[in-house]
Amino acid sequence: MNTYLDLSHVTIDFPTASGFFRALDSVKLEIDKGEFISLIGHSGCGKSTVLNIIAGLHQATEGGVILNGKEVKEPGPDRAVVFQNHSLLPWLTAYENVELAVKQVFKGKKSRQEMKEWIEHNLELVHMSHAMHKRPDELSGGMKQRVGIARALAMEPMVLLMDEPFGALDALTRAHMQDSLMEIQNELNNTVIMITHDVDEAVLLSDRIVMMTNGPAARIGEVLEVGLERPRDRLALAEQPEYNHYRAEVVRFLHERHKNPADEKQSAQEDSQKDEEKPLLYAVNE
Amino acid sequence: MTTQTLKGINFSQIPILSSLARLFSKNNKTNQLADMVTTLVVPVVAFSIFMLLWSFGASQIKTSLGAVPGPAKVWEQTLTLYDEYKEEREKEVAFHERQEKRNAAKLEKNPDAKIRVRPYTGKPTYFDQILTSIVTVATGFIIASLIAIPIGIICGLSPLLYTALNPLIQIFKPVSPLAWLPIVTMIVSAVYISDDPMFEKSYLNSAITVTLCCLWPTIINTTVGVSSIDKDLINVSRVLQLSWLTKVFKIVIPSSIPMMFAGLRVSLGIGWMVLIAAEMLAQNPGLGKFVWDEFQNGSSDSLARIMVAVFSIGLIGFLLDRLMLILQRMMSWDKSAVLR
Repeated sequence: MNTYLDLSHVTIDFPTASGFFRALDSVKLEIDKGEFISLIGHSGCGKSTVLNIIAGLHQATEGGVILNGKEVKEPGPDRAVVFQNHSLLPWLTAYENVELAVKQVFKGKKSRQEMKEWIEHNLELVHMSHAMHKRPDELSGGMKQRVGIARALAMEPMVLLMDEPFGALDALTRAHMQDSLMEIQNELNNTVIMITHDVDEAVLLSDRIVMMTNGPAARIGEVLEVGLERPRDRLALAEQPEYNHYRAEVVRFLHERHKNPADEKQSAQEDSQKDEEKPLLYAVNE
Repeated sequence: MTTQTLKGINFSQIPILSSLARLFSKNNKTNQLADMVTTLVVPVVAFSIFMLLWSFGASQIKTSLGAVPGPAKVWEQTLTLYDEYKEEREKEVAFHERQEKRNAAKLEKNPDAKIRVRPYTGKPTYFDQILTSIVTVATGFIIASLIAIPIGIICGLSPLLYTALNPLIQIFKPVSPLAWLPIVTMIVSAVYISDDPMFEKSYLNSAITVTLCCLWPTIINTTVGVSSIDKDLINVSRVLQLSWLTKVFKIVIPSSIPMMFAGLRVSLGIGWMVLIAAEMLAQNPGLGKFVWDEFQNGSSDSLARIMVAVFSIGLIGFLLDRLMLILQRMMSWDKSAVLR
C-alpha cells in the first residue's frame, strides 16, 4: 500500500439520551503524501468529526485511520491541528506559544539555539516576526491564526489538520491568509486536510475537494479533483472557465443535491421525488 | 507629582488615593473634575454624614461604662494608644542601654565573665498586637492556600475525586470557627508537646482555626476554575502530548488563576474575621485579645479603645484585600480584566 493516510470505513456513534447517534457512516478516503484536501459540507454534517478522528481526539466506533502504515490511536504532534478559534495560550507570547510545541516535539533532538532558530523560522514563514513577543490579546484575529499555523508547522507534522482555520476572519484577511497558506504550501509541500465552508477557498487551495452528505450518518458524497495548475493566482483564476467550472460543481453538490437540512424541511413536501434519490449519491473516487 | 508616583498610587487599587493624587498632580485636567467629584467628594460627604450620625447617636446612649464614645473620644484613644506605644519603645531602648552598660562593666572587671543578654519583656503595645494578628492570619492563610490550591486543582481535573470530596467540603464549609477552636485547642495540647516550644500554643490554635476556615472558598473556586478550562486548550495539550505536570503548570494553573484568586480573596477575608474571634478565645496576644481584655477591663475608656480596634480591624482587612488584588494583578496574564 502506498497510501499515506488511509481512512477505512470510519464509522462513529455518539451516545445520547435517546440511544446512539451515528454521526459518520463508513467514511472511506485515501490521501497521498503532499496532497491538499478540503472537506466541505453543510454545518453539522460531521466534517469536524472526521478531522478529530484523524487527530485522535475522537475514536472511531468502526473502521480506523492508518497514517504512514501506523494506526492512529491517540492524539499526537505528528498530526498537528489548527483550531478554528486559534486556541493559543493567552498568557504566552506568540514566540512562547510556538516554543511550547517545539520544546515538546524536539526535546533532546535540537539544541537550545536550534530550537530558537526553528521557532523564529516558523514565525517568519507566517510573517509574524515583527510581533513574536506580543501576547494573543495584542494581536488581530488574522495574526492569531498565523501564530496558530506557525505552531502547527513547527511540529513538523506528517499531516496538518485545519478546522475552518479562516472561518472567523473577515473576507479580506481571509484572502490574505489563503495566499500565505499557498505560499507556505509551495515551499513545504505538506499533507493538509482542511475543513471549510467556503467554496472559493476550497477550489483555490485544494488538490481534491471532498464533499460530504448531510448527517446523521454522513458519508462522502463526491470527490472532486481540482486540476488547476500551481502556483495559483486568485485574480487570474477568477476569469478562467475551468475555475468557474469547479466552483459550479461544488455549488451544485451543496445546493442542489444536498440542501442544507434546515431548508430541506420546507421543500420536503414540494419535491418528495428528489428525496428518494438522495441515498444513491455515494461515490468513491479512486 | 510625577507620572511614576501616580502610576504607583493607581497600582494600589484604592480609588480615593488615586483621586487625591490626581488632585495634587500638575497634569490635572479639567475634564477629570467630574470623575473626581464621584470618586473623592461623594465618599467624603458620605463619611462625614456617618460621623455626624454617630456622634449624635452615641451621646444618646448611656452604658454602665459611661456614654457610648463618639468620634472625638475614639480619636483621643487612638492618640493615647500611640503614646503608650512610644513610651514602651523608649522603655525598651532604655532597658537595652542599661543592659549593655552593665555587661560592659562586667567585662571590664573580668574579661572571662559570662554575660547574659535578656530580651525586653514589657507588655505588648497596641501595635505589637496588630503585628501579632497579621502574622497569625498570614500563617493560617498561607497554610490553607498551600493545602487548598493543590486539592482544588486535583478536584478540578478529576471528576471522580471531586465527587468523593465534595460532600466533605460542603459539610465543613459552613462550620463556625468557634466550633473548631475547642477541638483544635485539645488536639494541639495533646500533640504539640515540647520542652522548648517554638510557637505559643495560643498562636498555633488561632492560626490553625484560621486555616480550617480559609480552606473551603479556595478549594471550591480553584476546582471551578480548573474544570472550566477552554476545551480547545485541553485539546492543544492532548495534541502536543504534554506530560501531566507540564499540562498543569503550563495550561491548567495559568488559566484558572483568576478564579483561584477570587477564592483566595474570599478566604483571606474570612480568615481575618475568624482570627479576631479565635484570638478572643485562644488568648493569642493580637487584636482579638485586645478587644477581649478591654471588655473585661471595663474602664471608662474601654469602649473607645474597642472602637479604635474596630476601625483598625476594618482598615487592615481592607488593606489585606487590596494586597491580594495587587498580587492578582501581578500574577494575572489578562491585564485588561476589570478587578474589584
